[in-house]
Amino acid sequence: MKGCDLMVEVGRRRFLGGLGVAAAGAAASAATAPQAGAAPAPALVEYPSHHLANLSQLKTDEPLAVAYPDKDAPGVLIKLGTRVPGGAGPDGDVVGYSTVCPHKGFPLAYLKEDRTLNCPGHYGRYDCEKGGQQIWGHATQNLAQYALRVDAKGDIWAEGVDELLYGRLNNVL
Amino acid sequence: MTYKRHVDRLPIIPTSAKEHNVTCHYCIVGCGYKAYTWPINQQGGVAATANKLGVDLGQQQPAETAAWYAPSMYNIVRQDGQDVHLVIKPDPDCVVNSGLGSIRGARMAENHTSLQRGTQLSRLTTPMVWRYGSMQPTDWDDALDLVARVTAAVIDEQGEDGLFVSMFDHGGSAGGYENTWGTGKLYFGAMKVKNVRIHNRPAYNSEVHATRDMGVGELNNCYEDAELADTIVAVGTNPLETQTNYFLNHWVPNLRGTSLDKKRRELPGEPVEPGRIVVVDPRRTLTVAACETEAGKDRVLHLAIEPGTDLVLFNALLTYIADKGWIDRDFIAASTVPAAQGAALMSRPGGGGPGAPDPLTDFAAAVAANRTTIEEAARITGLKPEDIVKAAQWIAEPKAGGRRRRTMIGYEKGIIWGNDNYRTNGAIVNLALATGNVGRPGGGVVRLGGHQEGYSRPSDAHVGRPAAYVDKLLIEGRGGVHHVWACDHYKTTLNAMKFKQVYKRRTDMVKDAMNTVPWGDRQAMVDAIMTAIRQGGLFSVDVDIVPTQIGQASHVWLPAAIAGEMNLTSMNGERRMRLTERYMDPPGSALPDCLIAARLAKAMERVLRERGKTAYADQFEGFDWTTEEDAFLDGYHKHEKGGEHVTYARLRAMGTNGFQEPATGVQDGRIVGTRRLYTDGRFSTKDGKARFMITPWRGLQAAGKAEQKARFAFLINNGRTNMVWQNAFMDQYSEFVMDRMPYPFIEMNPDDMKELGVAAGDLVEIHNDVGSTQAIAQPTPSAKRRQTFMLFAYPTGVQGNVINGGVNELVIPNYKQTWADIRKLAAAPEAARRLSFKSPEYRT
Ligand code: SF4
Repeated sequence: MKGCDLMVEVGRRRFLGGLGVAAAGAAASAATAPQAGAAPAPALVEYPSHHLANLSQLKTDEPLAVAYPDKDAPGVLIKLGTRVPGGAGPDGDVVGYSTVCPHKGFPLAYLKEDRTLNCPGHYGRYDCEKGGQQIWGHATQNLAQYALRVDAKGDIWAEGVDELLYGRLNNVL
Repeated sequence: MTYKRHVDRLPIIPTSAKEHNVTCHYCIVGCGYKAYTWPINQQGGVAATANKLGVDLGQQQPAETAAWYAPSMYNIVRQDGQDVHLVIKPDPDCVVNSGLGSIRGARMAENHTSLQRGTQLSRLTTPMVWRYGSMQPTDWDDALDLVARVTAAVIDEQGEDGLFVSMFDHGGSAGGYENTWGTGKLYFGAMKVKNVRIHNRPAYNSEVHATRDMGVGELNNCYEDAELADTIVAVGTNPLETQTNYFLNHWVPNLRGTSLDKKRRELPGEPVEPGRIVVVDPRRTLTVAACETEAGKDRVLHLAIEPGTDLVLFNALLTYIADKGWIDRDFIAASTVPAAQGAALMSRPGGGGPGAPDPLTDFAAAVAANRTTIEEAARITGLKPEDIVKAAQWIAEPKAGGRRRRTMIGYEKGIIWGNDNYRTNGAIVNLALATGNVGRPGGGVVRLGGHQEGYSRPSDAHVGRPAAYVDKLLIEGRGGVHHVWACDHYKTTLNAMKFKQVYKRRTDMVKDAMNTVPWGDRQAMVDAIMTAIRQGGLFSVDVDIVPTQIGQASHVWLPAAIAGEMNLTSMNGERRMRLTERYMDPPGSALPDCLIAARLAKAMERVLRERGKTAYADQFEGFDWTTEEDAFLDGYHKHEKGGEHVTYARLRAMGTNGFQEPATGVQDGRIVGTRRLYTDGRFSTKDGKARFMITPWRGLQAAGKAEQKARFAFLINNGRTNMVWQNAFMDQYSEFVMDRMPYPFIEMNPDDMKELGVAAGDLVEIHNDVGSTQAIAQPTPSAKRRQTFMLFAYPTGVQGNVINGGVNELVIPNYKQTWADIRKLAAAPEAARRLSFKSPEYRT
C-alpha cells in the first residue's frame, strides 16, 4: 500500500503550492527584543475577513474547497442541510473547517455518507455536525472551525478560527 | 459546542531555550519527547536564526513537521522557583516514535500544574490530614510522625501482617526505578510486608507467571521485530489504542510493505513480502480496521473468538503445526528440555495444588497432552475451521525454499485479565517455542504492556505464591493500617462495590475516633485511632499526586511528584531505558515517592527507637537519600543486572534513545545494551533450557463466572480507549478529555439498544449479582449481539463494580469475563448531547 506515502506528497504539494504568496493581513510576530517606541500589539490575533463563496454555490453535502486565513491554509465549506452548532446562513447549516489534520498535518477527506472529515495518515475522524469534534484520533484538539458570516446577498465571509492551525504557531502568518 | 481552546498563537521557542530529554510517562511504548524551557519574559522570533526550530516560522510548515507544537504541548510552569515557558514535543530522532505524538502523550505539557494557566490545579501540594471533620493541610514532619506512630503501634499489636500496602510496580509517571526501589526497600527490605498488592490487581504477583516459569521473559524482542516479521499475531490486544506509536511506527510499515528494504537488509537471502496479521479478539477493534486499511483485507485475519477460549485456539494451532511438521526441530532440540527431563518435571511433587504451577514439560509431552483437533477448537471458540487452519499456515507454514516463517506473537490484557491466565499464557508461549520464534529477528513472544516498566526492589520471595488476596482480606476486616501508593482500588479493582462499602465503613470508624481528640494531643490521637482499629477500623494513608477516589476514605494524603518534576528512569516494551530529566518543580512541597519512602523510613526508625525497639529500628537505616539520584544509585545501579554500567550522566548523554536492557558494558562513554533476549538460545532457567507447558482446557476457570454467564444477558467486555490514560487520574481534570468523555461509554449492538429502548448517549445501568454501574450507550454496528465493551476504570462509572471476585490459582483477576443485565437509567444527560456517536472506524 503506497496510499499513505502518496497522501504525504499530496499534503506537501498543497502546502507548498501557496508559499511565497503574501497573505492578506499577515501580522508580524513580536520580535525577540521589543523596539523602543513601537506601537503596542493587540492582544488578539487580527483575522482577515475573507470572502469564501456565495450561498448559491453550495449544494447540500458537496464540500467546496476554500482557504483561510490565507492560501496556504486549505479548508472546506459544507452546506449540511440541517441546523448544527456553529452553523451559519439562514438555515444555520453552513460550516467551514480547516482540512489540515491537527495531528500530523495530512489533508482530510470528506465522507458524505456520515458527514465526517477523515485523515488517511493515522485514521483520525472529525464530525462536521458537531463543531469538528474529533470522533477518534490522535490529535490533541478538535478540528479548527471558521467563524462564518453570511451577508444579505448570501456572500459567505470567514472571520476567525477557533483552534491553532497545524503547521503554524500563529494562525495569521 | 465541542471544546475549543481558542488559542490562535503560541510563544516561539528561542534559540537560548534549555532542552531536556523526556520519555512519555504514560504508556509502555515510551515515546521520546524533548522539553524546552525558557524564561517567562523571553520569546523566539519568526526568522530561522531566531528560533530553536531553525526554520522560518512565517511560513506554513508541511505535514509531519518537527517545527510545530499544539496548544496541548505548551504551558507555563515553575522551574527553580521561576515561571518559565514549557514546550514538550515529540522527538523526531527517537527510534521508538520517530516524532509521532499520541492523544495521550502529546498532552504532557498541558497536564502539568500551572497556576498561571489554570491546568491540573487539583494536584496535591501539601500533606493533608483528617482534622476537625475534613482534610486539612499540615507539614511533612507532622503527617509522617502520625503515620509512623500508628504504623508502629499496629505492627506492635498485629505484627507486620497488620500493615497492608498497595503500591505501583511500574515505570513512567508515579513509578520508575527510583520509586519502586524507595518503596521496595522500605516494605521488602526494612520490613517484610506480605499483605501487599499492585496498582491494578488485588495481589503482589506477576501478570505473566507462565511465560516466566517456562524460562521466557515476557519482553524478549525489539520493536523492529514487528517490522521484520512475516506474520504478526496479536492476541487480546488493541495496539492502535493502547500501544499507539508502537503500532503506527513499527507495525504499520510492515503491513504497508514499507519495511521491505529493512527485511532484505537484515534477512539476506530470504524470501520477504509485506507482513500479514492475525488478530485474536472477540471484538472488531479499531486495530482490525486499521490493519485492513493498511494491509488489505486479504492479509488480515480477524479471529473473533468466543470470549475466554483463546487457550483452545492455541492448543489446536500447536497440534496442527506439530502434525504438519512446521516446527523448528533444531531449536527445540538445542533450547528446550529433552523428553527424559520433561517426564521428570511433570511428576515432581506438589503439582496441582493451589498455587502450584501446571506441569512444565518437553515438547512431545506437551503436544500429546494438549492435543486438540481443529473441529473441537472450532466448536469451542466459535471460529471457522478454515480460519484456524489459515492462522496455522500464516504462523508456521514454511516459506519458499523451506525457510522458517518469522512470526511475532504479542498479547496483553485480553489474555492477562482473561479466562485462565496462567494456562492461556503457557499455550501461547508453547506455540512460539515450537516454531523457534524467540530470540530471533522478526520473532518474539511478548506481552505488549500497559505502563512502562521500572522495577527494582529487594526480593519479594517472602510474599509467597500464591500471594495474599489483599482486597479480600481487607473486606474480611484484616489489617490495621493501609499504605496506598498511587493505587485507586475504588476504580481499578474487582468486586469494587463490596470493597468500597467495607473500606468506607472501616475507615469511617477511624475518622469518627479522630474527631473526638484535639489534633495537637498526639498520644491521645494515636490511642483513639488504635482503639478504633481494635474494633475493626482501618487507618489509611494515601500517597498520590491528586485526590483519588480511595483517598476520600483516607486519613492522610501525602503529595507525590511525577516524571519531569523529578529525574526518573524507566524502560519500555523493548527494554529501552531512558532518563526523563527534571524540567520543572513539583507542585508545592510534593516529593518524589522514593524520598517520601525515605522520610517515612526515618520517621519509623525514630519512633521505634523511642519505643525501645532498637534492633527493629536498625532495619530502617540506609535511607539517607537527598535526591532521587541517590535512590537510583542505591537501587538500580547496585542491584539490577548490568546496573553498574548505568548512571544518570551516561543516560543523559544517550538522550531519548537510551539503551536496551540489560546493559552489558560501556564503549566510548556509551552504554552497550541488548537488542533481543535469548539470541544465544539459552533461556532464563537454571539449565538454560526453555520448558513447554501442559495446558488442558477447563472452561471458565474463575469462581462464579460460568454461573454469571448463564444468568445474565450481556457480556461486559472492558478495556481502554485511545484518549484516556489509565484510570483517568489526570485526564479527569482535562477539559479536552472530559468534554469528549464525560461518562464511560458502553459499545452496544444497535439491535440490542432497540430492544432495550436505549438511544445513543442514554445513560444505562449495568447490573448483576455483585453490583451495578453506569455508562452511556455507544451504538456499535460491528458489536456482536449481547457482547458489549465498556471503558474500564473510569471515574464516572466504575466497571469494576460488576466484576465478581473470581481469580485464578495465582490470584490474577479475571476482569474480562463479566456478564450483567442492562437497563435504561435516563435519557442522554446534557454533557452527552454534545457528543458525536458516529463510528470511530476509519473508512475511505
Ligand atoms: S504512544 Fe504511549 S508512550 Fe507514546 S506518546 Fe502515546 S501514551 Fe506516550
